[in-house]
Amino acid sequence: MLAYILRRIGMAALVMFVALSVNFSIPRLMPGDPVEQVLAAASAAGGQSGNMADTARVMRARLGLDQPMWRQYLSYLGNSARLDLGVSVASYPQPVSEIVLAGLPWTVGLLGTATLISFVLGTVLGALMAWPKAPRVLKVLAVPVVVLSAIPYFILGLVLMALLGIAWPVLPVAGGYPFGVVLNPDIASALAIARHAVLPGLSIVLASLGTWAVAMRGMVVGVLGEDYIMLAEAKGLSERRIFLAYGLRNALLPQFTALALRLGLLVSGAILVEVIFAYPGIGYRLYVAIGQKDVFVVQGIVLLLSAAIAGAMLVLDLLYPLIDPRVAAGHA
Amino acid sequence: MSALSVRHLTVEFATRAGAARAVNDVSFDLEPGERLGLVGESGSGKTTTALSLLRLIRPPGRLVAGEILIAGQDIAAAGPEALRRMRAARIALVPQGAMNALNPVLTCAAQFEDLFAAHNAQGGRARIAALLTSVGLDPAVADRYPHQLSGGMKQRVCIALAIALRPAVIVADEPTSALDVIVQKQVLKTLIAVQRDLGAAVVLVGHDMGLMAQFAHRIGVMYAGRLVELGPVREIFADPRHPYTRMLIDSLPGFCERGVFKGIPGLPPSLLSPPPGCPFAPRCPRAEPRCAVEVPETRVLGPGHEVRCHVA
Repeated sequence: MLAYILRRIGMAALVMFVALSVNFSIPRLMPGDPVEQVLAAASAAGGQSGNMADTARVMRARLGLDQPMWRQYLSYLGNSARLDLGVSVASYPQPVSEIVLAGLPWTVGLLGTATLISFVLGTVLGALMAWPKAPRVLKVLAVPVVVLSAIPYFILGLVLMALLGIAWPVLPVAGGYPFGVVLNPDIASALAIARHAVLPGLSIVLASLGTWAVAMRGMVVGVLGEDYIMLAEAKGLSERRIFLAYGLRNALLPQFTALALRLGLLVSGAILVEVIFAYPGIGYRLYVAIGQKDVFVVQGIVLLLSAAIAGAMLVLDLLYPLIDPRVAAGHA
Repeated sequence: MSALSVRHLTVEFATRAGAARAVNDVSFDLEPGERLGLVGESGSGKTTTALSLLRLIRPPGRLVAGEILIAGQDIAAAGPEALRRMRAARIALVPQGAMNALNPVLTCAAQFEDLFAAHNAQGGRARIAALLTSVGLDPAVADRYPHQLSGGMKQRVCIALAIALRPAVIVADEPTSALDVIVQKQVLKTLIAVQRDLGAAVVLVGHDMGLMAQFAHRIGVMYAGRLVELGPVREIFADPRHPYTRMLIDSLPGFCERGVFKGIPGLPPSLLSPPPGCPFAPRCPRAEPRCAVEVPETRVLGPGHEVRCHVA
């Protein structure tokens, strides 16, 4: 068991090392110099004063770009370990970690909640859709749910916005909180935040509900054909016990893998939803940074994304033996 | 009084082309402690017969007629709750796929405990240990997950589950088909030992005639959904009366002669549109004109020996 845990942690560390290395090299392999690009943009906007070459040299030194490559690589690894992701080029000298950390709670809060809600609802719905003795209503319900899942979430977001935000304005359509309001840790602020999260959250839930339901239905149908379901029936177990402990429990295993991957992808998960609703999360900030060619911010967010996926997979790997005893024994 | 009495059991599968009658008017009685072997080729309806005894046929399959009486209670007519209570307590199943018959995410002990809980029976570690010991397993197996056991051990766990509530009838659906020959024999011996202790009647489904000869008191031969011959094992092997039974036994390879393998020419009829007369008539070397038009009724030839054939 200890060997299993250590192997998994080692694997996650290896993934992070590769991600860091790739993340280090890609911007440096790209043509163009971010410092010159920013300065050129600044001078085009008329904000240039003094010697351009001097400014560029100082900025390069500040960004560490004047060092030999191997030293840049080592200090990059060291800085990343300390969560120092460098400074933004576009809004110099704001640290990248500050920008990322400011967006993280919004994204995790909105997408984490929406993903968990759609996972739970979709999984239960899918399982019941496949269960022969479930109410008929659920089988009818399957059709609209699957149709909804075929619509991209950003289109769904626009439709919801038009319906509930503009045609019948009951919910705010933009931002993470009311414009010009200072957030306090009180109920009023929490309610305001929740109200702003409803539309983007709803579009994600509605669009992904069907995916979870269809995947789960397929899994339950497969499990229902297994011999252990028949033996459970032959044992005279109650319908409920067979459904929960024999059907659902086994069908859930692949579903958890999908959930862990989805949670890992959260950080970048719904960029378009955040852009459409001007939601101040990571995705929105990534969108802005790409527009401004803010290399270090993009790099920082991509690194965060890799870390989130590696972290989610590690957590899944460590929890999986608890839900499937075959895994720790090295059978899977 | 019989442990199990099956009357006119008929099972149909709804298909696009109509109803396929997989089990057609099957009747037999089993005395307590008696072991019946059901044999027949693939698709003859032996597994369907066995599973329908516990009403485990799944849609599109359906039990359309018949009675399955255990101690005077008809399983075929029981409501859902009565059926649930009869399963495992009166009639238990030893499943076909030992590899996959246990829930992979529960320990063996948990799979015993949920059986006891479902029937409000006394469970506990001591009871499980005794059951495991009775099938030749170490009581420590209780804490194992199915993937930690070999195929033979899993099948023994299934046998222990089947006898846990001391049922009057045990239905074993090809319990050894996934095991190698040596383990097959051990598992069957275990099954016989626990069945003797319980005094339970057993229906054993299989296609290995040799194994059946050693195991069963009586043999039932199925063909195209019908029980064509039923008789004591010695009579069936020494003096098979139905032409199909005879050809089935003749097709067994012997040890002494290295000769040509004798099969049965032709194929079983379609269950969707069976021939109007005897289903075996098209392949039967002794068929008479009336065999093609008239379904033979069951005739009693002697004590416990009956056949469905015009010429036998």
